[in-house]
Amino acid sequence: MTQFLEISGLCARIDADGQEKEILRGVDLTIPPGEVHAIMGPNGCGKSTLSYVLAGREEYEVTAGSVQFHGQDLLAMEPEERAAAGLFLAFQSPIELPGVNNANFLRTAVNAVRRARGQEELDAVAFLKAAREAAKSLSMAPDMLKRNVNVGFSGGEKKRNEVLQMTLLQPSFAILDETDSGLDVDALRIVAEGVNRMRSPEFSALVITHHKRLLDYLKPDRIHVMAKGRIIHSGGPELAEQIDTEGYTRFLAEAA
Amino acid sequence: MNAITKNPKATLQSFEARFDTITDQTRKAALGALHRVGLPDRRVEEWKYTGLRFLTETPFAAPAQTYDAAQVQAELDRLGVTHGPAEALPRLVFVNGLYSAEFSRKPASAEVSFFAQTKSFGVQACPDRDPLTALNTTLAQDGVTLSVPENGDAGHVLLISIGQADAPVSFHPRHAVALAEGAKLSLTCIQAGQGRYLHNPVLEVSVAARAELQHVTVQAESDDAASLATLYAQVDEHGSYNSFVLGLGAALARHEVHATLAASHAQVHVNGAQRLRARQHGDLTSVITHAAPDCISRQTVRNVLDGQSRGVFQGKVLVERIAQKTDGYQMNQALLLSEQAEIDAKPELEIYADDVKCSHGATVGALDEDQMFYLRSRGVPYAEARQILIHAFLEEALALIPDETARALCSHIMAQRFPVSGEEA
Repeated sequence: MTQFLEISGLCARIDADGQEKEILRGVDLTIPPGEVHAIMGPNGCGKSTLSYVLAGREEYEVTAGSVQFHGQDLLAMEPEERAAAGLFLAFQSPIELPGVNNANFLRTAVNAVRRARGQEELDAVAFLKAAREAAKSLSMAPDMLKRNVNVGFSGGEKKRNEVLQMTLLQPSFAILDETDSGLDVDALRIVAEGVNRMRSPEFSALVITHHKRLLDYLKPDRIHVMAKGRIIHSGGPELAEQIDTEGYTRFLAEAA
Repeated sequence: MNAITKNPKATLQSFEARFDTITDQTRKAALGALHRVGLPDRRVEEWKYTGLRFLTETPFAAPAQTYDAAQVQAELDRLGVTHGPAEALPRLVFVNGLYSAEFSRKPASAEVSFFAQTKSFGVQACPDRDPLTALNTTLAQDGVTLSVPENGDAGHVLLISIGQADAPVSFHPRHAVALAEGAKLSLTCIQAGQGRYLHNPVLEVSVAARAELQHVTVQAESDDAASLATLYAQVDEHGSYNSFVLGLGAALARHEVHATLAASHAQVHVNGAQRLRARQHGDLTSVITHAAPDCISRQTVRNVLDGQSRGVFQGKVLVERIAQKTDGYQMNQALLLSEQAEIDAKPELEIYADDVKCSHGATVGALDEDQMFYLRSRGVPYAEARQILIHAFLEEALALIPDETARALCSHIMAQRFPVSGEEA
């Protein structure tokens, strides 16, 4: 059986002001079902690019490598097909959608995904019930469903809204791109609990973070260190402690 | 007017047969003005972006007195005025420019009279300056005058125009709305129809001291029609005229507003939105004149242009020397959905007073890629994500309409022309 998510030799670049810039330089990473993995690494190492490439952002050009997801060629799929196939990206900076009501947005997304998965669509009543429950479990104010998507939300509210979307879309694989940044201790715990509630033998996650604190809650199975567009070191959860005290210098030196 | 047309009469050929019977002095004067200069072409500054060739090429006849009642009923049903919150509202229905008592329900708290009986041309319209008003003055047959007495509240009234044309017809209704001191009215004008016709209305609005008029126009004419409307508004001390036009239909449309803030602390809102596709041409032109101190004018216009459509925004704010402490704001924004779509925006500020606060701006852009990716990453397919963002852009403009029922009618009629799947219409 093929692995749940298998990234091999992935290279990607972006056109920045007319200059081709290589960002991913051969990423190899395998995530088995039911596991939570974390990626840590210095700024600019390519963590966010990896998440965007996996989610299907068009500005990045994949120049080599492959990504298999549930045995399918992920890179050949449109962003919406990836979502329907079970992939979810929690954005580092969630996008504001002025004029788009949050509840309508969530329902449109949930039903688009359900349609694509061959499931029955939720009617307004069933959806609102599910959305209210999920929002409550994330300690979100009920009026956040009535507001426009992310417009006027605080940093913490935006991150909770990402976790709310994840909860409702029921992905089998979630990428959390610095979902902990800008959160206070309480918000961090609530968000982490939201992710932990998703954990099951059929759910995996890739957590991108700078901080050990989120990992204390999430208890990842593996931690990978990324630098200069590659995974340079992988280990168990104890790596988080080591990075927290020593930084990345030792791993960078070993890789050089 | 300064049109230089080699043969002015030639541009009016399609109407000439109907001009022969004119005897009334006002009409004769208007016809004289038309015959001197003809219909304006693009060399006339005010008509630089909108041509009227459509009118010169089509032999428009006078409409028949009879109409197809089943089609009128079907149009009213489709427009959403025969069910839901709009069902109970008084409405004045005109078919091909003629009043239809059968489909109308007069308002209880406003006086209603008809141009067909009164032949009253009003006082604000300028046939000498405005050729479309001259054409209207020459050929007007009917129209309504709504008067709300002092401190009266006439509630929400619908003024509906339905066009029916198996062969090309033109109709030129002459409407007027007069609010006495402290009076209130919410007026929603809806224009729809089928076939090739010219709808050329003139509406004269006068808002007396402390009176408040909310006025929404939904232009959802037939795709083969020309809709050329001119509106004159005069607002007195502490009076308020809050208007919004939604342009959706017609092959060729121009909505021209001349609003005058005539006494201090008057307020005028000339907001609007248009959504065009294929080869539609939509022109929103306005002249807002601050003729008194301490007045406020607001204008926000949003355009969504697809296909080879063309949007025109000409907005002039004129601040006269006396109009100190004027507060004016104007913004025109356009979303271009195709490479061939075009917007021509001409904002103008002409200021003769020295203590004023006036700002204006214009933006043109495509759909935001970050927003598109965000929606798609949540599983929303490309086409649907696009519709959601377009809809949101326009909904933000519609939010400027204070009357909830009027706003709902706008959303309903827009959603009919441009369905958004996955959302309740």
